[in-house]
Amino acid sequence: MKAVRRPRPSTAASEPATANRASLGRDGGVGGIALRVGPLSARCRPRVLLVPCVVVLALITAFIVGVAHGDVPIPALDVVRILLGGGNAVDRMIVIEFRLPRVVVGAAVGAALGLSGAIVQGIARNPLASPEILGVTSGAAVGAVSVIVLGGSYGAVGGHLARIGIPSAAIVGGLTAAAAVYLLALRGGLSGNRVLLVGIGIQALLSSLVSWLLIKASIVDAGRAIVWLTGSLNAATWDDAVAVTPALALALPAMSMLSFPFGALNFDDDTAGALGVRLDAARSMLLLTAVVLTATATAAAGPIAFVALVSPQLALRLLRTATPPLLTSALLGAALTIWADVLGRTAFGDKQLPVGILTAALGAPYLMYLLVRSGKTHGR
Amino acid sequence: MARYEKGADVDTFDAHSASGRPTRHGQGPAFLIALVAVAVVCSVALGTKTLTIPQVWHGLWNPTGTEGDVIVRSLRLPRTCLALVTGVALGVAGVLMQGHTRNPIADPVLLGVSAGAGLFVVAGIFLLGITTLHGYVWFGFLGAMLAGVVVFAVGRSARGGASPITLALGGAAAHALFGALTAAMLVLDERALDVYRFWTVGSVGGRPADITYDMLPFVVVGLVLAAANASTLNALSMGEDVARALGVRVGLGRLTGMLAITLLTGVAVAACGPIGFVGLMAAHIARARVGPDHRRMLLQAGLLGAILLLGADILGRLVARPGELPAGIMLAFVGAPVFIHLVRRRRSARL
Repeated sequence: MKAVRRPRPSTAASEPATANRASLGRDGGVGGIALRVGPLSARCRPRVLLVPCVVVLALITAFIVGVAHGDVPIPALDVVRILLGGGNAVDRMIVIEFRLPRVVVGAAVGAALGLSGAIVQGIARNPLASPEILGVTSGAAVGAVSVIVLGGSYGAVGGHLARIGIPSAAIVGGLTAAAAVYLLALRGGLSGNRVLLVGIGIQALLSSLVSWLLIKASIVDAGRAIVWLTGSLNAATWDDAVAVTPALALALPAMSMLSFPFGALNFDDDTAGALGVRLDAARSMLLLTAVVLTATATAAAGPIAFVALVSPQLALRLLRTATPPLLTSALLGAALTIWADVLGRTAFGDKQLPVGILTAALGAPYLMYLLVRSGKTHGR
Repeated sequence: MARYEKGADVDTFDAHSASGRPTRHGQGPAFLIALVAVAVVCSVALGTKTLTIPQVWHGLWNPTGTEGDVIVRSLRLPRTCLALVTGVALGVAGVLMQGHTRNPIADPVLLGVSAGAGLFVVAGIFLLGITTLHGYVWFGFLGAMLAGVVVFAVGRSARGGASPITLALGGAAAHALFGALTAAMLVLDERALDVYRFWTVGSVGGRPADITYDMLPFVVVGLVLAAANASTLNALSMGEDVARALGVRVGLGRLTGMLAITLLTGVAVAACGPIGFVGLMAAHIARARVGPDHRRMLLQAGLLGAILLLGADILGRLVARPGELPAGIMLAFVGAPVFIHLVRRRRSARL
């Protein structure tokens, strides 16, 4: 057995033939150490193991800080003790009943968004794509806001309409909008750019529908709708967590089955076809997974902007891979969401801002930076 | 040129001339002017409250303060004027935007200009406590200018003058950023929300009667700049290098265009809220009618913008009696399908 340092790939197969190439790291995304035993060989890249571990660490820290912080501060050590089953009764109640759901929902939503972002960017072969552009988010917004506005003052109905009605309306709206985008963009096959542009058109249509609903509403309902529309974890309960986790649990095995076609889709269509991937079937399945993930996440917490766009991009850069790495994107999405929520709760004195405002205000400049940068590297 | 011939616009012309319909040179503005006149008459005559022709006539020429007179003079006439001026401004701005970005999907709302205006309007209400339209119109104006500059800067710095997708995503990013900052203030201040939600829907109704006078100077300057910019745009449509070789001062031309765009969209968005798709549709219809000459396109797009906005406003009053649908929403329902159609075409028109 010998270890050989591979400075640069030479085979065509290890070179992705797509736009993602522009966003690779300096070493071209491959490299690492090749292990060879007789006829067998494997490539071992410390980065691929190390980075997810660091991200998991960041996630755990975020988890503990998120639980510890609040009106009644609980020391981090106590938090750990309570999570392991100890601690005094009052603190236990605060943590389990109030703080934990918020953090768990944040993590689940963030993970779902990160994963679906990675899928969409891989399919579109465009580092700037995100599931929000597929119309899922704005469709969900129309669903949820119609329930808030047209369902009467939902607080008075006893909360059932709010707890079950808003998420289900959001899921239905999201899936419908995504189906509309899919069907309109389907014209002798799916083209990444056409999907994005049709999505932007549908989004414009739906957002004007939302603003019309807002003027129909009473000012109280309009206020509630705005809070929902910005994406907030303020009202997160265990019910929300129960809604998101199954979707995530279903998506992970589905993704492990789809991971080969997902990787192959990163090549141009001819190459992927030659590798035995049925292009449109694979794309449709992957898109469906992404849409379900985004819709459930949005139903639980409202549209939390840019997590789906930013986490795959960061993961890609950290791991220096060619395709957006699925697991790391999900973990990073979870960590980013909780940290943004903690920031929104603590950074502005006694004013608490919803998490979606923080992610949008930080994510949008990042998208602009990516746009400018993609122009510089392609420079023509 | 070879790729341009594949564009559906050109195909349409060929089809027209083959079938004996007027060619592009035959489609003068007279028909559009007549349509504008019809739209103006309808806008004054039709509405939620049904008035007879004599009542409208009475209100126009010798008002004595009857209910009909008040409706005609203080509601319908002002909103008709506002729709007319705003429509012209948005139509002309649409052509300028598409010409300068060489991008078939350019539109002030899609590119986030309106979101910038919205942010500044809310900031005016939230931070300074301004609640009158006359006060916050100026903030909207400022915001539209800022957003326009940001989006163009992002668009231009990306690959050789922005592909549709880059520009659209830059617009989406600007939209999200300004939207988030706006939402932050709206969450904290219910009063700002109450003003904002009526502004953001995009309507020509319910605005102060004399807002059109305030807009006029800006619109006139914008239109003059646009007219001065037309022949430069013709040269620029062949690429910056060719334009420079033809003796066009490219930098000056771009600056003039940018100034006209921000003036026209800024003032329109500030007064009426984000009314999308007028510029987009007007520019495309104008191009289909008169071909790629920007001098003719600008004139036609201005008229078309007025027709579209007046038409949407009238329709919005009629479809939802006794209430009304704001023009911005009517236009989104018509305009979004047009936009999607443009995107779906096998090969979108290259500019």
